Amino acid sequence: MDLTWSGSEEAFRAEAREWLAAHVPVEPLPSGDTRAGFARHLEWERELFAAGWSVVSWPKEYGGRDASLWEWLIFEEEYYRAGAPQRVTQNGIFLLAPTLFEFGTREQRDTLLPRMAAAQDLWCQGWSEPGAGSDLAGIRSRAERDDEAGGWRLTGQKTWTTRGAFCTHLFGLFRTDPVAQRHRGLTYFLVPLDTPGVTVRGFERLDGDEGFAEVFFDDAFVPDSAVLGEVNQGWQVAMATTGSERGLTLRSPGRFLRAADRLVELAAAHSEAAADPLVDRVTEVWMQAQAYQLFTLAQVTDIVEGRSPGARSSLNKLYWSELDIRLHEAALELLGPQGQTDNPWSRGFLFSLAGPIYAGTNEIQRNIVAERLLGLPRK
Amino acid sequence: MRFALTAEQQDLREVVHELMERLCPPAVVRSAPDAPAIDALDRGLVELGAPGLLLSERSGGLGLDENYLVPLLTESGWAAAPLPVLETVGVASALFEAAGLAGRLLTGGMVCAADPTGAGPVRFAGRATLLVRGGWGGSGPVELVDLSDARREPVPAVDPAANLCRIGGGTVLGVVDDPVVVELAWQRGVLGAAAQLIGLSRRMLEMTVEYVGSRTQFGVPVGSFQAVKHQLASALLQVEFAAPAVARAGFSVAVGDPDRARDVALAKALASAAAQLAARTAIQCHGAIGYTTEYDLHLYAKRAWALAADWGSAAWHRTRIAEHLGLAPTGTLPVH
Repeated sequence: MDLTWSGSEEAFRAEAREWLAAHVPVEPLPSGDTRAGFARHLEWERELFAAGWSVVSWPKEYGGRDASLWEWLIFEEEYYRAGAPQRVTQNGIFLLAPTLFEFGTREQRDTLLPRMAAAQDLWCQGWSEPGAGSDLAGIRSRAERDDEAGGWRLTGQKTWTTRGAFCTHLFGLFRTDPVAQRHRGLTYFLVPLDTPGVTVRGFERLDGDEGFAEVFFDDAFVPDSAVLGEVNQGWQVAMATTGSERGLTLRSPGRFLRAADRLVELAAAHSEAAADPLVDRVTEVWMQAQAYQLFTLAQVTDIVEGRSPGARSSLNKLYWSELDIRLHEAALELLGPQGQTDNPWSRGFLFSLAGPIYAGTNEIQRNIVAERLLGLPRK
Repeated sequence: MRFALTAEQQDLREVVHELMERLCPPAVVRSAPDAPAIDALDRGLVELGAPGLLLSERSGGLGLDENYLVPLLTESGWAAAPLPVLETVGVASALFEAAGLAGRLLTGGMVCAADPTGAGPVRFAGRATLLVRGGWGGSGPVELVDLSDARREPVPAVDPAANLCRIGGGTVLGVVDDPVVVELAWQRGVLGAAAQLIGLSRRMLEMTVEYVGSRTQFGVPVGSFQAVKHQLASALLQVEFAAPAVARAGFSVAVGDPDRARDVALAKALASAAAQLAARTAIQCHGAIGYTTEYDLHLYAKRAWALAADWGSAAWHRTRIAEHLGLAPTGTLPVH
């Protein structure tokens, strides 16, 4: 056990903290899940990129700083501590990019990653379909080979696509082998949303923002270079991303440490409401945010030393998503009647309710934990 | 930054685990306090150097720190070892060393019981020849008591393996009131109880996974039902997130981190709650067999309940953390 940061890590922290203090907008930006708010967030993303903070863990040639996983954690801590805006680019940089690094061709990486880092291309995830949510292998959208044109023709529908109405590109799974069953015969495609035959319709989430979209594909042509990984191997390629999504990269501990500190501040400011039972709940939430951080420190040690987290990323997902709800429930209880106004806590509460649903519902995650970590029988 | 046991700490953990598997099966946990099998377990711990783990080399100990105490006690907890390992190795060391009596802890085995509240009853009192009394919450004088002429009055206990007694008499060998030493002894007690609770939780989950994988109802293993899977996944979740907090608390005490009081409180609060959930889940998922004393599960559940309540309950430690956060509770601090 050595829980101290090195001199260079401390210096990295100081540099990040200083830059963020000077640049984070004083007034919170409007929600990035609205058209106007999204545009404001893009300005912020481009400011981050210009200063080299948009993708700290990536290689320099793609716009990053070659930061270690430890430094990435530090940056995230500082980012949330500074109250910096939500990352509307997160689905690209945290979910697609790790997959591109692992499975992408040199050309795909060189073409796509710099534009992603610079928030020029904005990626949304096209997995869920009306008939395929938790049961992702039930995907029916298909891609048919067009040998003459040297590519694929996409047909079908994706839905519940986060920020789909504002993004420029979609990464998604399509069925390329009509005979193969379930998770076989799927292929991972990278699709510009301005491709002829693609139609995007935004719709409101629970919080009233147009944060969701459905995406229709009607014989939309994409070239062979739009395939990520091997044809018919899309499931394996996609699973690499689910690990990122459930685990560390989507929800770093910095986010919850900061939110828990804000909850403690809220409780201190509402001492009239913070009777002992509520103090106890606030304390418990703060403890759980600490526990999440400590768990991730052990997990990063494992990753750095070559031990893959594997199914343990389902533990991350269960813990942070349920922590996030408890955190916001406690905040709303402290706020009392004020909690019914549209405010950051009530918005956060509504958003937290999505946590146990997206990235694989918590029911699915508990199945994974039970079967793959505890070894309980599948059937 | 490296949040993992060192190779040496990992080795210790494996050696203790192997020792416990060999010398502390459930039949030994059920034995009478004077059973030869418990003597053998005690000798095994002496051969590992456990009594002197935290004593300085000058006093004849190994001079190791809390990063070693955590794996040792996690594994003795896993086995529900019916000996005062936590008390002798974790709590007594600093106190006896401060009183110039370290040698008394090196005379053979797990010899020292503890009564931090000063109001008893005392666990594993039958075998203990020494007792540390007082120091609740990390302050106040602690008496070091020789029990050779003490009266031990057995107290009926939930945990039959606890050998719970009320103690009268005894000879006070010394009193330690150095606040640094008293605080350290308390923090090691809290930390050690948390480590044992992690081990106990893992043991109960292991037993339950094995059972629900083999027990069939409706023609299938009961562990294939989602209702069972989800309960066990939820229990594992709490254990997996408590364990790193215990490891961190060990490190904090070892390096004298200014936040170590908060860190051990966090560890104990999370470990107590996790162990209570693991015990309840294990009993529920076993069904009726888990509600018997013929089956071994109860040995671990009862130890877990006792340790969850000792050295400050989850609620007691949460209150300490609330104070640390500046959220002064309006009520009075619970006594335990």
